[in-house]
Amino acid sequence: MSTDSNTKYVGKAPSRVEGPLKVTGQAKYSAEFSVPDLVYGYVVSSPVAKGKIRKIHADKILALPGVIQVFSHENVPTLAWFDRSYKDDVAPGGSPFRPLHDDEIKFSQQPVALVVAETFELARYAASVLEIEYEQEKHATDVEALREKGQEPGSGKTGYKPPVRRGNADKGLSKAEHRIKQEYIHGTQHHNPMEIFGATVHYHPDGKLTVYDKTQGVYNCQQYLKKVFGLSADKARVVNLFMGGGFGAGLRPQYELFLSVLAALELKRSIRLSLTRQQMFSLGHRPHTVQTVELGTGPGGELLGLKHKAVHETSRFEEYTENVVNWSGMLYQCPDVHLEYEVVPLDVFTPLDMRAPGAATGSIGLEVAMDEMAYEAGIDPLEFRRRNYADRDQNEDKPFSSKKLREVYDEGARRFGWDQRKMEPRSMREGNKLVGWGMAGGVWDASMQKAAAKASITADGKLTVSSAAGENGTGTYTVMTQIAAETLGLPMEAVTAKLGDTTLPEAPVQGGSWTAATVGSAVKSVCEALGEKLLKLAQKMDDSPLKGAKPEDVEFVNGLIRLRKEPRQSVVLRDVLQVSGEREIEADSSVMPNPLNMQKYSMHAHNAVFVEVQVDEDLGTIHVTRVVNVVAAGRIINQKTARSQVLGSVVWGISMALMEETVMDHRYGRYMNHNYAEYHVPVNADVRDIEVHFVEEEDPHVNPLGVKGIGEVGLLGVAAAITNAVYHATGKRVRSLPLTIDKLL
Amino acid sequence: MNPFTLTRAASVDAAVRDFSGHEAAAYIGGGTNLLDLMKENVAHPQHLVGLNKLPLSSIESTTGGGLRLGATATNADTAWHAEVQQRYPLLSQAILAGASPQLRNMATNAGNLMQRTRCYYFYDTATPCNKREPGSGCAAIGGYNRIHAILGTSDSCIATHPSDMCVALAALEAVVQVQGPDGSRQIKFEDFHRLPEDAPERDNTLQAGELITSIDLPAQGFAENFAYLKLRDRQSYAFALVSVAVGLELDGNTIKEARLALGGVAHKPWRDKAAEHLLKGQPATEATFRKAAEAVLKEAKGQGTNDFKIELAKRAIVRALTQAAAGEQKASDVFTNSNP
Amino acid sequence: MSTVSTTSAADGQLRPLVPPSPVTLRINGQDHTLQLAPWTSLLDALREYAGLTGTKKGCDHGQCGACTVLVDGKRINSCLTLAVLQEGADITTIEGLGSEHALHPLQQAFIDHDAFQCGYCTPGQICSAQGLINEGKAQTEDEIRELMSGNVCRCGAYVGILAAVKEVVDAKR
Repeated sequence: MSTDSNTKYVGKAPSRVEGPLKVTGQAKYSAEFSVPDLVYGYVVSSPVAKGKIRKIHADKILALPGVIQVFSHENVPTLAWFDRSYKDDVAPGGSPFRPLHDDEIKFSQQPVALVVAETFELARYAASVLEIEYEQEKHATDVEALREKGQEPGSGKTGYKPPVRRGNADKGLSKAEHRIKQEYIHGTQHHNPMEIFGATVHYHPDGKLTVYDKTQGVYNCQQYLKKVFGLSADKARVVNLFMGGGFGAGLRPQYELFLSVLAALELKRSIRLSLTRQQMFSLGHRPHTVQTVELGTGPGGELLGLKHKAVHETSRFEEYTENVVNWSGMLYQCPDVHLEYEVVPLDVFTPLDMRAPGAATGSIGLEVAMDEMAYEAGIDPLEFRRRNYADRDQNEDKPFSSKKLREVYDEGARRFGWDQRKMEPRSMREGNKLVGWGMAGGVWDASMQKAAAKASITADGKLTVSSAAGENGTGTYTVMTQIAAETLGLPMEAVTAKLGDTTLPEAPVQGGSWTAATVGSAVKSVCEALGEKLLKLAQKMDDSPLKGAKPEDVEFVNGLIRLRKEPRQSVVLRDVLQVSGEREIEADSSVMPNPLNMQKYSMHAHNAVFVEVQVDEDLGTIHVTRVVNVVAAGRIINQKTARSQVLGSVVWGISMALMEETVMDHRYGRYMNHNYAEYHVPVNADVRDIEVHFVEEEDPHVNPLGVKGIGEVGLLGVAAAITNAVYHATGKRVRSLPLTIDKLL
Repeated sequence: MNPFTLTRAASVDAAVRDFSGHEAAAYIGGGTNLLDLMKENVAHPQHLVGLNKLPLSSIESTTGGGLRLGATATNADTAWHAEVQQRYPLLSQAILAGASPQLRNMATNAGNLMQRTRCYYFYDTATPCNKREPGSGCAAIGGYNRIHAILGTSDSCIATHPSDMCVALAALEAVVQVQGPDGSRQIKFEDFHRLPEDAPERDNTLQAGELITSIDLPAQGFAENFAYLKLRDRQSYAFALVSVAVGLELDGNTIKEARLALGGVAHKPWRDKAAEHLLKGQPATEATFRKAAEAVLKEAKGQGTNDFKIELAKRAIVRALTQAAAGEQKASDVFTNSNP
Repeated sequence: MSTVSTTSAADGQLRPLVPPSPVTLRINGQDHTLQLAPWTSLLDALREYAGLTGTKKGCDHGQCGACTVLVDGKRINSCLTLAVLQEGADITTIEGLGSEHALHPLQQAFIDHDAFQCGYCTPGQICSAQGLINEGKAQTEDEIRELMSGNVCRCGAYVGILAAVKEVVDAKR
């Protein structure tokens, strides 16, 4: 593909192609598909954190007219036996949770029964009066109290990297002129996308299922159904056309999938099952994490030693891991590094990747500590980072495929006006408020996965590209459309993108910021393959000026196929289609990451965030009044949707820093603020000026598109920058997030 | 939510009769809290008496120079009513500091008084709660009680009343008009809500079947020197950790009349007459305000995670009194006032 | 170890079911006669009985604003009212504001400013914005921010939402 200055769509800012559907309420989410003769399910959740179910008194509610069935471990049919059948593509090590499997309660809010009735209201009511007897056992849920029981994980999920060690950190630190050692804590968080988790299962007369599920991976769910229920692929089609937010919550098959399919198969009926907002606090979470960071600098402000340890909880049955500490070994140059990472098994549900898993956490520890270190050494925090710039990935001892973090620093500082900052805390005011400026940044993997795509063009010049990726707000439909239109020289209106359906070519789960790189590359590849077929057809035309031309000799522009060197030598694409006599021309293709490049280079996106806060010191209130977030993430396919992702990341960072936390009452092992009134995320009034800027970064190694992904990198450093700004405003260093009113009093 | 029957009453008499004629009946106005609690399986009425057709939605002057707020007038219509905004800006702004525009469009004035606590344990049927299930115990004591009371608590309950509107109504000395099976009566606002004592299941002093018909404001509206200050976990659409309603009447720099009420700190809107007395006749200075703040919180008791509220309440009182004395909050500045 | 016997409902008593009866709702200018029991919320009536799924369920407790519709021109949370209580009212949902090929100015502004990502809160945001315009109380950015705060957007599209609503508010002045 040509550079963005020569492109028509790629790198530009077209509006979302699915926008009209979303703003008119016509976009269909999983619990909204109209299916005849639906029955409704309602889940009953465990009130205890650990124990056994002694008895489920289903008879009483089964007597209610309209109540169809109560599913529980007492009557669930024999299903797959081995753990591996329940393992999904992104499962961590251990034994996956099996809904309704046996009488054991492993965590509070565990689903223990599914009530099915003719209406939603009746199912809800019947569930509320279903009597269940439990034997309660002693549970343990407090990671802070049990942190000493942490153990280095043995397995973990795909992508987990054991903590890095190099040199001798203690020795490095002992040589330091200035040192700091601090502990940082943040509470549990839940993804809480706006759409409630739910599924509609269409049970067709021939026994086949169409499963509309809220998921970030239709193939991941289909695999699960195949293995757990022994269904063949043609019997279990999984569809997700629109997802009302995921943020990781839909990476793994959630229990609404299991329960709704179980009920549909057993009852031979179509069913709709929606969880409640309250039940969404039982779907996995960003774990409560305790971090310790130790830094030391030499006379020039150079880092001489770095230690970073993190401990968080996992469940008793799975060993959930995320990469919390490793970023600290690569973001800055440092010879002596010791990283540690431990998990504590507790009586909770398994944590689940949540937007920028690990890095969002680790960047709070590292980047607040870097600020503390800068102050200890008396160096401006941005200057301190520049002095410790890493030109090479020391973790893997590889060069970066590209890294424009210096330019990010320059651009961010310039846009924010960082040079006007006074170093001293409490030195800036506006009216009766203290003003603080803080900064921080982060690094995130630029990944690509294997994916397939299909393209077909009809005689009227309409192109359809498809790949079973997901659209959860990131703009996948739009990016697919842009790339296809660009590659085959068509207007975007002539292109239809299809995704989220297991009848389409396979794509990975939507996560890791890899979708644009992965599915984008697959779409580009399949359009190029289709282009070759079109060229051959064009060459068959009488007097074709393209005769003898190789694919690389031609380009597709404005509905024409033309010679690159002699652009006036062209044929009209639509004529090619018409003359060919074919109704439809198709191509398939699949892509995978280049293993050679992956071996040679460290591939990462970077960002830096500059924040202004105003603090009312008497009352402890904090307003984030200004944010500049500058990102270097390779090529940006769509400036508009990419900006929105980073804007959203900033809102997430504000949330992490100031308000978001699920609080557990350890006496009950239960999250107590499990609703949207008391689990606070920002509202419109919490958000003021946010500026997003992308630094141009060409990367020929990362993937054919040069895309690094931006769904996660934008979140990094936001919470740390706010924390640092609050210190600058008040002189008070808070090391426990969220930074609620009580912590500043 | 359990099944229930519903009738929409056409008159107050009919509503009261309908209520008395059914077992486990409840009145439903806007429904914003009742339906929430029914879905949470906390409230279990078997019959609802719908009030939204009653002729109780007007806002009109009373003979005594005050203002009568109809029971079924919405919170939004009340807050944006010209006379409320001009004469009782404290009330207007307290209402607008609460909930969201949508909820204020639904919630009625009477319903605002009747809303129940937001205590996590009250809402979660998996945990004990004396208010929800008398005798089961109070899980908030010794638990996660960040949003709980520091004043007027008992061994059986530390819940707070969540309203913003009611804090202003307490400061304004409103009077609640009710009608019940035994006729009508009026209840002074300070006597309407009650402290938990050993019966936290009872939020207020209404008798069974009694229906609020209006909330009457006396003539004195403190429109010149007032403040409503609300401290919460985000800038909007969150319940108060601490809120303060202040009305002052000044003679030069001397306080002639003072009203002071707190929200988010007790089982009822917490008006402190003794502190008001301390303010009267005193110069409007920080020292005076501090003295009053100390007095209000003298008996305060933290429960662990809400200890911070004691200091926060003191500071909020001083700030609100300072703002009120300075005439800093204006009736016209509807939005920015309450949010420091 | 202790044994507990629980139901979610505090008293656990079975109550007689109340049969549905015809309820006529005026939605987007059209009468819909639906068979509803009193316990059906307006939100569920729209989504499950009238087939109008543009109105979203995000919390079902008035804590997110995704279910916002206009009743007699005023924005409300449709999850916290009963359908039977809205008989006789004029209900407008997102489907009644505009269509894919005849977008309402707010719908167009939301697209132009990319005022959404996943789109799930969007119908509620747009209905809420129409309610805000009907109320006529918000003109400045801060006023719009405050009066749009009853609609949570977890994707965090508030910057775009503000720009979109402001544009339409300004155009009406």
